[in-house]
Amino acid sequence: MPATLLDRLWSAHEILQRDDGTSLLWVDRHLVHEGSHHAFANLAARGASVSAPSLTFGVVDHYAPTRNRDRGMPPQISRMIETLRTNTKQHGLQLFDLDDPRQGIVHVIGPEQGLTLPGLLINCGDSHTSTHGAFGALAFGIGATQVAHVLATQTIWQRKPLAMRIMVEGTLGPGVTAKDIALNWIATLGTGGAQGHAVEYAGSAITGLSMEGRMTLCNLSIEGGARFGMIAPDETTMAYVKGRPFAPRGDAWEKAVEAWATLKSDDQAEFARTAHFDAADIAPTVTWGTSPEQAVPVNASIPDPAHLPDQRAEAAKTALDYMGLSAGQPIAGTPVDQVFIGSCTNGRIEDLRAASAVLAGRRAKVPGLVSPGSARVKAQAEQEGLDRIFTEAGLEWAESGCSLCVGMNGDVVAPGERCASSTNRNFRGRQGRGARTHLMSPAMVAAAAVTGQISDVRQLLDRRAA
Amino acid sequence: MMAGWTRHKGRTVVLPLDHVDTDQLIPARFMSVPRSEGYGDYLLHDLRRDETGDLHPAFPLNREDGISILVAGHHFGTGSSREAAVYALVDAGIRAVVAPSFGDIFAGNAVNNGLLPARIDPEHAALLAELLGDGAADTHIDLERRQIAHGETVLPFELDESWRTKLINGWDDIDLTLQHAAAIDRFRNNRSQTASWAWPAAAD
Repeated sequence: MPATLLDRLWSAHEILQRDDGTSLLWVDRHLVHEGSHHAFANLAARGASVSAPSLTFGVVDHYAPTRNRDRGMPPQISRMIETLRTNTKQHGLQLFDLDDPRQGIVHVIGPEQGLTLPGLLINCGDSHTSTHGAFGALAFGIGATQVAHVLATQTIWQRKPLAMRIMVEGTLGPGVTAKDIALNWIATLGTGGAQGHAVEYAGSAITGLSMEGRMTLCNLSIEGGARFGMIAPDETTMAYVKGRPFAPRGDAWEKAVEAWATLKSDDQAEFARTAHFDAADIAPTVTWGTSPEQAVPVNASIPDPAHLPDQRAEAAKTALDYMGLSAGQPIAGTPVDQVFIGSCTNGRIEDLRAASAVLAGRRAKVPGLVSPGSARVKAQAEQEGLDRIFTEAGLEWAESGCSLCVGMNGDVVAPGERCASSTNRNFRGRQGRGARTHLMSPAMVAAAAVTGQISDVRQLLDRRAA
Repeated sequence: MMAGWTRHKGRTVVLPLDHVDTDQLIPARFMSVPRSEGYGDYLLHDLRRDETGDLHPAFPLNREDGISILVAGHHFGTGSSREAAVYALVDAGIRAVVAPSFGDIFAGNAVNNGLLPARIDPEHAALLAELLGDGAADTHIDLERRQIAHGETVLPFELDESWRTKLINGWDDIDLTLQHAAAIDRFRNNRSQTASWAWPAAAD
């Protein structure tokens, strides 16, 4: 019987299946952060301990201050970080603390440290855990009750999702990135478009992506409703993983590579759903509303709710009202008040390179913050001189954390202000009460910074090439 | 350990919005509060309250005290894995949300806290919304029959069988799982032999 990548990953982790069809799965890696405090409290309440401390890693990211770390922080933030320190210490877990050169956003440091590998089941109390699926892992976000369950048992109950394949064939145009592939499919299929499914991305445009691009794409799976995103591992994957601090070495590496070679869908494998996209049709894409599905190519106009299907029309009207935009107006030219580059979606070295390529020798017309995805990404960028490009353009170069993507550490956008952002959610109030968020790729954010408005980055790249 | 339940009669209002995402259910800035302090006041905070924190009288949840059932639009709870979104609902007294679709992670979190995510046909949701109008009224939820009733109108909802059993019994997963400790040990030992690469390499 032909199998999908999902089938193979699932059966490799299934301990047992209950009569009602729910599987008990073995968890290879469990990543915790400050937000996991409810789960540790649950564990404490039942007097339980962590079942597999050597498979559990902690990192400070959601509340990590991005500026002035040495000058003290508000009590509610330092309390969150202290609580994580206490919990990880008590249970003997390795913690990548604020001053650790390995600190950064959990979905950036997992792969960076070689904790994320093909063939693993990875859980974290964060919906963007789908990021790790880029390596051919079974990775999904869980809530606090499940975090407590994984801590206590190193297993998780889960019903197997349906398999869905998103095929993207062809070559992406200049200035078009993995972020645009993602926003494009979510705009086409909707935020519930992949609900109940595990999405496997395949096709020549996908295999052509770097690991950074693959992570961006898998990261955004949840915004299309899919708890899982995955890509079969290949040479690009092996080259990325090899030599990472926690990755297998010597004999173990040889055995791993052998096992990973089997991690793919058979040619005849059946998917519950398949969607096809042509890479050449994808333009740099921007959101105009308060859901990631409310996105259009940068050269298009904001849709008129009257022309949308009923189910999308009412939400569109409410979103336009919140965003302070009018139906029918071109999205390009919308003035922005500030920009943000960072997050688990687009805070990796390739993202910073793409943004700095647009910003080099130019000045930003609006203020903005650049928060690298990890301390290591930050060091690498500084080695390449990217930090100077950002600061010379007038943007602020900061420390690593979730920052303005989630608005927990004190970095927020003021009410009514409009932010061009390389993040993952344009939800109402996500970046602060009343904040207006436009999602786009890091290069597009850089273009918005330079022009002070939503702009087609391809025009800036053209001018550069000429 | 949460209490199981089978039937619930409660005051019900319509929240006529699609995409009530997790960031609206509880804005991030409230999530550092210990659960023991209660999350109910933060439920839908920025929709329910003005800048000074006063309640908008017209907002559905503010119509009367003691509301325990919400009828909402598509994609309720879409977004983040924050279980605090469920805590906010539960601590505000909500026992069930009835909607055409839910965020997957939210729905699982809800069941883990005794909150019913009842998936209902969009036409039935519209009918229910019409019957309830912009007031508040009693409805009855029956988990055995998977039905919600308003007066003479009885509508079916969908709910995964394992979730229904869990809600009715108030089961705690950790206790259930520990009954399988031997199978878990066998699996772990086997995996460590056949896939030793799956364990993190020791730091240099």
